[in-house]
This record gives sequence, C-alpha cells and structure tokens, in this order.
Amino acid sequence: MIDMIVDGLIIGFKISLILLPLILAVAYTTFAERKLIGYMQLRLGPNRVGPKGWLQPIADVIKLLMKEIVIPSGANKALFLIAPVLFIAPSFAAWAVIPFNAELVLADINVGLLYILAMTSIAVYGVIIAGWASNSKYALLGSLRSASQIVSYEIAMGFALVAVLMASGSMNLGEIVKAQEGPFWHWYWIPLLPILAVYWISGVAETNRAPFDLPEGESEIVAGFHVEYAGIGFALFFLAEYANMILISVLTALFFFGGWLNPFMGIPYLEAATDWIPGTVWLLLKAAWFLFMMIWLRATFPRYRYDQVMRLGWKVFIPVTVVWLIILTFMIKAGVGPWFTGRGVL
Amino acid sequence: MTVEQIVFYVFATLTIVSALGVVTVRNSVQAVLCLVLTFFSAAVLWMLLEAEFLAVALVLVYVGAVMVLFLFVVMMLDVDFASLKQGFTRYVPLGILIAIGLLIGLYWVLRGELFGLEAMPEPAKHAADYSNVESLGMLLYTDYFYAFEIAGVILLVSIVAAISLTFRGRRERRGQSVPSQHRASKDERLHIIKMDAEVAQDDESETDDLEKAVGEKSGRTKGESS
Repeated sequence: MIDMIVDGLIIGFKISLILLPLILAVAYTTFAERKLIGYMQLRLGPNRVGPKGWLQPIADVIKLLMKEIVIPSGANKALFLIAPVLFIAPSFAAWAVIPFNAELVLADINVGLLYILAMTSIAVYGVIIAGWASNSKYALLGSLRSASQIVSYEIAMGFALVAVLMASGSMNLGEIVKAQEGPFWHWYWIPLLPILAVYWISGVAETNRAPFDLPEGESEIVAGFHVEYAGIGFALFFLAEYANMILISVLTALFFFGGWLNPFMGIPYLEAATDWIPGTVWLLLKAAWFLFMMIWLRATFPRYRYDQVMRLGWKVFIPVTVVWLIILTFMIKAGVGPWFTGRGVL
Repeated sequence: MTVEQIVFYVFATLTIVSALGVVTVRNSVQAVLCLVLTFFSAAVLWMLLEAEFLAVALVLVYVGAVMVLFLFVVMMLDVDFASLKQGFTRYVPLGILIAIGLLIGLYWVLRGELFGLEAMPEPAKHAADYSNVESLGMLLYTDYFYAFEIAGVILLVSIVAAISLTFRGRRERRGQSVPSQHRASKDERLHIIKMDAEVAQDDESETDDLEKAVGEKSGRTKGESS
C-alpha cells in the first residue's frame, strides 16, 4: 500500500515536471506570437507590462482568471462546463509518450504513434460539445466546421504516420528517433519529404491555426465554437490550442528531424565541437523552429475558404500520401541508403 | 488490492454505468457521449489485458472517428421524444421477452464452464519488450491472411455500396476549378491595348471614341490606356 502511494507520488512529480514547463511555454508562446507578428507587421507588439513587455502573459493569465464565467441562457450547463476540460485533457495527455532524449520519457509504450493519433483525434469532442452546449448559432457553426476539418485532416495525418511507421519499423517514438541515427541527411525529412509537407500542413489544420482557423473565423462567425466562453473557460481553450501547437512542432521534430539527435553526428570536427549540447536542447531547438513557422504562417497567409480546406485535405493530401506510401515501399525494399540500408530484399 | 484490480473495478463499473446511460438518458446528444465513455472505459479494460494495440485502435477508430460522425448527425436531429414514447406500454412485453432471450443466449455462450478459470486459465504476463502490435501483425499476415484479405474486400465493397447509395447523379456546381486557374495565363486574361493620348478639347466625341475602342478591343476585360 505504501509502495503504491510512493509510486503514485513519483509519477505525479514526473507529470508535473512535464506539465509545468509546458504551461509556462504556452504562456510565453502567446507572448512570442504577439511580438513576432508585431515585428512582421512593423509594430512593436506588447511592450508595456514589465521590462520590455515580458510580464504580459502573466498579466493576461491573471486577467482571465479574475473574469466572471458567464453561462448563456438555454445552454446545457454540465456540458458547457465540461467542454474546455475535454479539449485540454487530450492535448496534455499526449505529452506522456514524448521522449525528450534517449532515456527521458514518461511512458515508453509500444504504440506511442497510435496513442498520439488517438489523443489528437479525441480533442474534437471538446470543440463539438462546446459548440453544441453554448446554445448559439455561431458556436454551432464553428463546431461543425471544426469537426469536419479535424476528421478530414486526421486521415491524411494518419497516412503520413503510416509512412513514418514503415520507414522506422516501430510505433515507439524513441525507436523512431533511434532509427534515424546519423548526421542530418540520415533523418527522414529527405525520403519522406512529401509526407513531411502533408503532416506539417495537416498539423496546422488540426490545431485550427491560421490559415485553417475557419472554426473561429472572426469575420463570419465571430469566434466560432468558443464565442460564448469567458474567463477561465476561454483560457483553457486558448491554453489547449497553444499546447497542441507545441505538440505538433515537437512531433514533427521527432518524426522527420531526428528528435534529440545531434545534426552533426558523425561529421569529423563539428561533432566534437557540438558534443556538449544535451539532446533535449536539440529537440527543443528543432521544435522552436517549427513553432516559429506556425506563427510565421499566421502572419503571412489569408484564411482559406471552407471548400478550399476540404479540397486540399481530400483531393490533394490523401492521394499524395497514398502515392508516396507506394514509392516508399519500393525504396525500403530496394534498401535505398543511407536511410534503409540493410533492409532491402531486391 | 493491487493497482490493476482497482483500475479494473473502477473502469468496469464505469463501462456498465455509462452503457446503461446510453439507453436511459433523455437527451440524445448525452446518450452518444455516454457511448463514447463506454468505448473509452472498455479500451482501458483491454489495456489491462495487454492488448494495447486493440485498445488504442478502439479509441482511435470508434471514439475518434465513428462517434464524432454519430454526434454530428445527432446534433442536427430534432428528435420528438413524446411521439417516440407513444407505443411504450404496448411494446414492453415484447421488449422484455427479447431481453430475456438475449440474456439466456449470452449466458449460454459465456457461462462459467466455458469461460471460467478452469476452461480459460489466466493468461501469463508478457515481458516488458513484448510487442502486441508485432505478434498481431505476424498472425494477421500469416495464419489469418485470407480472412484478413477477405475482410479488406468486404470493406471495399461496402464503401462502393455506400457511395452508390448516396450518389444522386452529377450535379452542375459552380465551384472553383483549381487546375484551370493554374493553367490560366496572362495572355487570355489581360489585353494591353495601345491608343493615342487623350487630348482634352472636344470632350464629347473623344470620350465616345475611347469607350468604343476599349469595348471593341477587349470585351469585358480590363483595358490599359497608354
């Protein structure tokens, strides 16, 4: 009995070691986004709260926590309150299987890849329930858009992950990274380049980020599925969206860019020069680049129209992934190096 | 009690309670959500049996895709519960009869002699490096290869059937055609016409001439006067 409690406490401590930095990262991602978009649009961005605006996210959090929770009349109260929790829980739960370096992983499970896919797909319930329980037409329209968008892009995303699974021969995220061992041209971004594009764009679409942010298109449906939420409810939706962004960035780094691996591994002098950098730092650097790309996309592209989103998902991405799966099969069977050497049978 | 037992009893209770909720809850959206919870807790029970691939696949396929579509449809429906309950008392005896029949059938299949610990001994725990996915793949692609292929063909046939059932002939839509947009070139969209500079004296006749020239040369496309 004592053992169980101690075990539980240790696991709880490990979870907090992942979640607390994540929440802090989310807070400062919002700050980074506002600053970056500000500079891209020749503005300054937030610069009043604290030195150079660094306390802005803290001020935002306090403001959101102090606000009153308004429940719309005619709303389904229980579902209305549970929806933000349903949205944020999977986006946190998915972090359980992320390996931060060769040893540092909370749950080293065999079906990590499927688990990630399952977790990102059940987040849609939070959106649908939020839209339905709000008893508001804008919220309902937003949730319908979001549901169809997430279900459509999940298929392309699943196919892209099948390609990663085929290339690495494992569903364990740590094994996938280890299969890419070597300098940066050994990573899967070269043999899986079209898959990388599909995965990345589907990831942006799954997180409802611009240019795929139709579920919350301000110009036509106000703020979509979370239009009726105020205060902490809205904060949870916000938190989950950014946690998902960071998750997709980390996953892209793990699947296609060698995760925690040193990009100069095996290169004579560069490896010795960069050997002191821990693997976690490499992973976070790679993830930070993709996070920056997401913000860059938002500042660059106008919002897609609904039929264009559907066309891209069904008529472009799914055929591309299926064709590339066939090409990949031949590449693996032919043992194309340096990625698939030793696995060829031809 | 070990952790596993606690997890089992908690999620077994949750499965039963939420399954009862599916048929007793008044609101149809809540009923669908109860079904989602049932699937979820059943997946946890499968996880306890070390069938992690099946458990995650259950969440991925049923919770992540099928039930989303269910919820989608149910949200759009305006169900009139009063009319649904009209014949309730008339059909109760029949319903009870079917329920009893089902119970007897289930008991006959799942009774203790067939599924007790003697008939089905507790499966041995696998080592930490045992991969459920690998062994399942091995079985599916060797021993059960034909069954697997036939299942694939049946799924394909059902897809074709579903499409042909909902297909109501070609409709002319004025959608956007991306390939034709890509094929468009500057020549067919833009006409650059040359004409003499406009001299501001006889306003009336000059502007008339200009309009005529633009109209003739380019139709509806934009003209550029030099």
